[in-house]
Parts: sequence; C-alpha cells; structure tokens
Amino acid sequence: MRLKLHVWRQKGKSAEGSFSSYDVPDVSEHMSFLEMLDVLNQRLIEKGDDPVSFDHDCREGICGMCGFMINGQAHGPLKGTTVCQLHMRHYKDGDELWLEPWRAAAFPILKDLMVDRSAFDRIIAAGGYISTPSGSAPDGNAIPVPKDKSDRAMDAAACIGCGACVASCPNASASLFTSAKVTHLNLLPQGEPEQERRTLAMVMQMRAEMFGHCTNVGECEAVCPKQISLENIAKMNRDYVQAVFKYREPSAASGSG
Amino acid sequence: MQLDARIPEGPIDKKWDNHRFRLKLVNPANKRKYNIIVVGTGLAGGAASATLAELGYNVKTFCIQDSPRRAHSIAAQGGINAAKNYQNDGDSIYRLFYDTVKGGDYRAREANVHRLAQISVNIIDQCVAQGVPFAREYGGVLANRSFGGAQVSRTFYARGQTGQQLLLGAYQALMRQVALGKVKLYPRTEMLDVVVIDGKARGIVTRSLVDGKTEVHLADAVVLGSGGYGNVFFLSTNAKGSNATAIWRAHKKGALFANPCYTQIHPTCIPVSGDYQSKLTLMSESLRNDGRIWVPLNKGDKRTPAEIPESDRDYYLERRYPSFGNLVPRDVASRNAKMVCDEGRGVGPTGLGVYLDFGDAIQRLGKRTIAERYGNLFDMYERITGEDPYQVPMRIYPAIHYTMGGLWVDYNLMSTIPGMFVLGEANFSDHGANRLGASALMQGLADGYFIIPYTIGDYLASTKLEKVDQKHAAVKDAERGVKERLERLLAVNGTRTVDSFHRELGKIMWEHCGMARNAKGLTEALETIPALRERFWKEVRVGGTGDLNLELEKAGRVADFFELGELMCRDALVREESCGGHFREEYQTPEGEAQRDDERFTYVAAWGWGGEGQKPELHKEPLEFKEVKPSQRSYK
Repeated sequence: MRLKLHVWRQKGKSAEGSFSSYDVPDVSEHMSFLEMLDVLNQRLIEKGDDPVSFDHDCREGICGMCGFMINGQAHGPLKGTTVCQLHMRHYKDGDELWLEPWRAAAFPILKDLMVDRSAFDRIIAAGGYISTPSGSAPDGNAIPVPKDKSDRAMDAAACIGCGACVASCPNASASLFTSAKVTHLNLLPQGEPEQERRTLAMVMQMRAEMFGHCTNVGECEAVCPKQISLENIAKMNRDYVQAVFKYREPSAASGSG
Repeated sequence: MQLDARIPEGPIDKKWDNHRFRLKLVNPANKRKYNIIVVGTGLAGGAASATLAELGYNVKTFCIQDSPRRAHSIAAQGGINAAKNYQNDGDSIYRLFYDTVKGGDYRAREANVHRLAQISVNIIDQCVAQGVPFAREYGGVLANRSFGGAQVSRTFYARGQTGQQLLLGAYQALMRQVALGKVKLYPRTEMLDVVVIDGKARGIVTRSLVDGKTEVHLADAVVLGSGGYGNVFFLSTNAKGSNATAIWRAHKKGALFANPCYTQIHPTCIPVSGDYQSKLTLMSESLRNDGRIWVPLNKGDKRTPAEIPESDRDYYLERRYPSFGNLVPRDVASRNAKMVCDEGRGVGPTGLGVYLDFGDAIQRLGKRTIAERYGNLFDMYERITGEDPYQVPMRIYPAIHYTMGGLWVDYNLMSTIPGMFVLGEANFSDHGANRLGASALMQGLADGYFIIPYTIGDYLASTKLEKVDQKHAAVKDAERGVKERLERLLAVNGTRTVDSFHRELGKIMWEHCGMARNAKGLTEALETIPALRERFWKEVRVGGTGDLNLELEKAGRVADFFELGELMCRDALVREESCGGHFREEYQTPEGEAQRDDERFTYVAAWGWGGEGQKPELHKEPLEFKEVKPSQRSYK
C-alpha cells in the first residue's frame, strides 16, 4: 500500500516546528508502524536528508519508550496497543497520516517526535516506592496478600509510563499515571505504612510539574496501551482526602539518640 | 596472564558464608567518602545502584534510555527461579544449583552457581517487600509455575510481565535514593570509554544523547550492568538499543572477554516475516507448559493445521524426550526445531517455523483458564501476526535471545581491570554454555542486591586509591579518543546506512555463528567480517551533526559489534566441541545431541584484546567439578 505521512519536524527544544510531508510507496501489511518509519528513514538517509527522530526500544510494547500521536490518537487507532505493536494491516492504500509528538507543558519536545518525560521519574521519586532497603525483608510468604488485591495491584502496576494518558488529556493531567502507582502500592499490605505520605507527596509532585487537573474526561483510559482503569484515579482521590486528614509528620523532637 | 577466580575454600555450601566473613568492611561513616559509578539500570545495575546508595556510598548512575525504568530487563516475561520449595515438591538450594550446572552443560563455575541458588530465596523476599505483585493463590500465598529444564515448580511470576515488575521494584528503590540525594541520575547518557589510571578503573567517558556533549566522570570504582550483546545478530529479541559498547570499550582497555561464543537461542519466538523486520518477538517459555510443539510427519505437507489428523503429526519433543517432553531446555528445543525444519517439515510461508498448539490444553482446561495464564501473550501474538492462537496453533521459530558470554569476572564479580565490576548479563559468570529459563532475572538481582554490596566494600577497604582529577593525562587521552572516533564516524559520509551494514553483519553471524556452527563456516566468517568492517569505515553514511543524532549512536555501537562478532567466531572456532548453546556440527552424538570434550575444553576461554587488527590472546581458566559429575546431559 501507499501512504502519505505528515510528520512533525522540530530541530530542538527551542526551535520552531512544522509538518513535513513524505510519500511511502511500498508499505507491507505485515510491517509494524515503526518498521514503516524505519523504511522511510533509510530512504531519507540515503538521500542525504535528516531522518525522523523517534523514541523506541523494546518494540514489544513493554518498555514504554515509544509513542506519538497518529491522526490525533495516542499510539494510533488500535485499543490497548503501543505504536511499536501496531501493524500496518490496520491501514489501507492511500491513507494520509499526521504524526505528532506528545504535547504537554510538562513534556518538552527534544526533537521531532521525541519528548522529555523525566517529570514522571520525579513523581515516582517523590513517593512511588516502598522503603525496604535490600536485606531487610521478611520471608515472602510471611504476609499473605488476598488474591483479589494482588490482582488489582498488578492491574495498576502494568503501567509502562509511556505518557499517552498525558498527551491525550485536554488538561495534560498525569492523574492516570500517578494513580496507577498509588493504587499498586497502597493496595498491598507492604505499602500500607507509607500510604498517606506517599499519596500526598506524589500528588504534590504531579502539581509541581505543571500537569493539569483531572476533570473525568476519560480519554486517558481510552488510549492507555495497558488499559489502566479510571478507577485508579478515584482511589487516588479517596486516598488523598484521607491522607490530608490522617497524615502527621514523623517527629522526634527530642532526638532519637 | 594467570587468571585467579578467587574461589573461596571450604565445602560448597559454606563458601559464600566464609567469604562474606573474610571480606573487609567499610565503616558506615567512611562509605560516604567513596564514589561509585554504575552503568546501566536493568535488574543488575538498578539493584546495585539502589543498594550501594542505601549503604551510604555516593552513586552516579547512567543509562541510555530516557528513564531508568526502561532497561531491557523489563521485557522478561516468564518468571524468576528461587529455591523456596513452597510447593513441597522436592526443591532445594542444592537442586537449583544442580539443575543450573547441568543446564549450563558443565561450563559454569560451581561456586558461583551455588551462591546464586543460595541467594535466590532472599531475592523473592526482597521483591515481595518492595511490592512486586507476584501471582498468588487464593489463600494469599505465592504461586509458582514450572519452566524448561526443571522438574519442580520453582518459578515465581507476575503474569507475563515478571521482568517489568521486578525492574520497577528496583527502579522505585533507585528513585527513592535519587530523592534522598544518594544517587545522581544521568539518563540519555552513553558510556563510551573507561578511564584507567595506575591500572585501576577510575571513571568513564560519557556522551549526552541529548546535546552530544562528552564528559568525564571520575570515581573510586566502576560497575557495569550494561546487558548482553545479542544484537550482534541484528535480529534478536533484545531491545533495539541494547548494545555491547560499554563492555567492549572496557575489553579494549584490558578487561578479558569470556566465552563470547556462548549465545542462547530461544526456541519460542515469532518467525521472521520480511526483510524490513527490525526485531524478533519472544513468546514466553512458560507457553511450553501447556502448548504442544509439533510439525507434520511428512515433508512438504501443505495442509492447514486443522486438516492434519493426529496420525500425521509429529510431536517431536515428546517423542524424543519422553521425561521432559516440551519442557526440555532451550538449547535442546531450539536445535530440534532447526532439525525438523532442515528436514523440510517446517511450517508457515518460509518453512522456518513449527507449531505450538494449545488445542489440547483448551479442551482440557477451558479457554478461560488458558486466557488467565497466557492472555497477554496470546493478544501480543495476534497483534503481530494477525492470527488468533485460540483458534489456530501459534507458529514459532528460534531466535537469538541471551548471551551467556561476557566480561570475565572473579568470584567477587571484578573484571581483570581492578576496580571494574561487571554484573548481570554483561558478565559471563553463572550460566555456563546455556542458561535455564527464569534464571537471568535471578542472576541480575543476585549480583545487584546481594553480591556487589559486599564485594565492592572489600575492594575499597583493601585498595590504596590515589586522588585523581580531570587534568590527569589518562582522562584527557580517553576523552580525546572518544571525540576523535565520533568525528571519524561523521566524516566518512559514504553511501550506505548503518542499518544496512548491521543487517549484513547479522546475516553472517546467524549463518555461521548461530544455531549450528562448523569450522568451514567460521573460518569464512573470520574473513568476511573484517572485510565488511573495512567497508563500513569507508562507505557508511551517518549524516547529521554531533548533537542529538540517533544514527551516530547506532554507528558507534555497530562499529563495536563488528569487532565483537569477529571474536565470537574465533572463540567458536577454537572450541572444538559442542556444549549448550554452542553447537559445532562436527561434534555430535549419533542421536544428534551436543558432544562435549571435557578432556580438552573444561575451561573458560577468556580473550584479551590484541590491538587494532591484531589477533586476540586466549587465556584459560580451568573449571573443576567436585559436586556435580559432568555427564552427557540427558532429558530423555
């Protein structure tokens, strides 16, 4: 099949960007979307042009490195799929596609379709962990975890941190990403001791990074390649309200020595 | 060079305990005076960074991805082994040790493997405490599954995303230390050389992948957890960015490279579909628990699988290996798939494929149970191939997956450059000539959480480290070397893309140094690879400039793959025996199984860099088997 691509080209963080158009004449239906871009890039290099820069790594839909908008949809039209796992059999001859990077104040563009998502790392650093230094753990079966809780924690933990939720949200909110980690850890007995501090700190960091508020649009859930549920945001909000009232700074005013 | 593996004295189950007691300690107040560099943020590098920082060291951590959470450990699907014996089915530390030594075809160090088996139980505890959502039974206890190469259920798993969950556990522990200021993180930064001063590793040269700036970072010790080198083959199950540059540069600075020819071919991957293919996708080995592998009994049978009656199917693994059946180790399963395809009984458009059939399992357990166990994998298969594995059998074929070889390390995980430690897939240490399924995650985390924290302290406490600064001649030399090489790559400005060279190299490697090797092919490869490398340096077109330039990153890595590929072929040629993943066609039993030559080859082949265009030098570390008596590996 023959495709026409309009790709966002931008040389660097502070440069102006614009769409450039490319014809890709011989696309096989078995190619993945990124393989189709590989083919385009090989031609651009051979012609002496600058290839399209895009992030990618595992190409198995799990590392979360890839992602851009295709005709306004994050990761393209296929539900529950990252763009690296999207295959060209979902397109037809003559299709015209507009490729754009994630757009959000918290995700500055580095080049073409590549953005800086380090804000996500800072949200995790704020509280997305359980403090257990190596070696300090009890036996794995010492604390039973009900299967339903463990399964729900796993559903939330499946988040790959790709940023599609932010890019699709009209408010550029990171609520789905943040709540997935809050839910994963708060549901487990191991995560309980730090629950309030975690929830407050992560929500605070999310705001500090200039992500918008959640207004229950639900676009994030619709585009999420791991189909992370909107329920997580509800849980985060409940846990947040609870934490506001319950949390006390640990104090050892007279020193612990 | 006399290689001293520094294996502790004493009975096998006391070696690690004795050794830990003898290792020198750094007192808590002094730890913060030491700086440690960690390269890579997979299970090994991530776990090491977090743990060293928890102990009080100052850590600088580097990764090429935009976030440490994306390292390729994340793609591991099936699980992680541990000798917990929670299933009460006869497992023990000694059995895991035994299975791993045997699975490695008696080419691994007994002492290392036993330590790994011992530590395996602590890893599960640690990960559970971090909140890794392992699969559980209704009563709330941890669930297990079985895996290739073992007859007990000792594999812990988190759906088909075990690697992801374990990595996120390590990443979260790491980010906690970043917030505490004990780890300084450098994402999108690539190590391009190591700085060696007075014979010791004292730093690295890096390049920012965002603005292209080179920098030198100095430290008291350097830890490499940069992964394996399967991408030499171009097509592999590795992530596109996985590369050997960190370990290869260390090799050129004096670290010996051990057993480079030991590569693992994973039996269950989705077959190649066309020449645009950029990578191969693995389907977890756990599928072999319920899937049955077969090909048509007769050559050239073009009927659809549904039309082929039971009597015309050959379940060749169940037939040839009745006691392990579809659960034989990876090397055996891969070789058998190649054999039946070579006989002309392969399936699919290319004839390079075999069926992995869930028909019986669905009938026995119901679709729902199968979907619960493997749903995500079935979905992935359908997304890639457009076929529904609930209806038609999957088609699979072996692909390069893991490299058992890597930088040589002693029992303390230190390379032949003092002060440079190597962890996880980047070292050669624990898997011998073949790795068992669910053991890579175990090794990465063992090295990172529970071995390096002890052994690095011993090095720091017992070594006199002079003050070094950026003005040192070795620092200037290393940085200049890196810059010149980048400029040289940009200056070639030829006509062919980096990928086209990489694909050609991959083809040579797959053909001559892949699933089956022979002297003629390897000798030929040793001529074609250097010739192709020469053309690369004359004809490659990188394009662009020295700032954010993905082609330039690739070009540097591919240039290293050329040199490493040549060493792999040389190692494979010298090893005149078959063992594990290294199958030399000249050395096989009448039944077509690998034929070791213990008399001549019970050693680790550790190669030293000879200089540009010079032959490498072979050093041998003899292996001793006191516990597990080497025998012809049998899974029949």
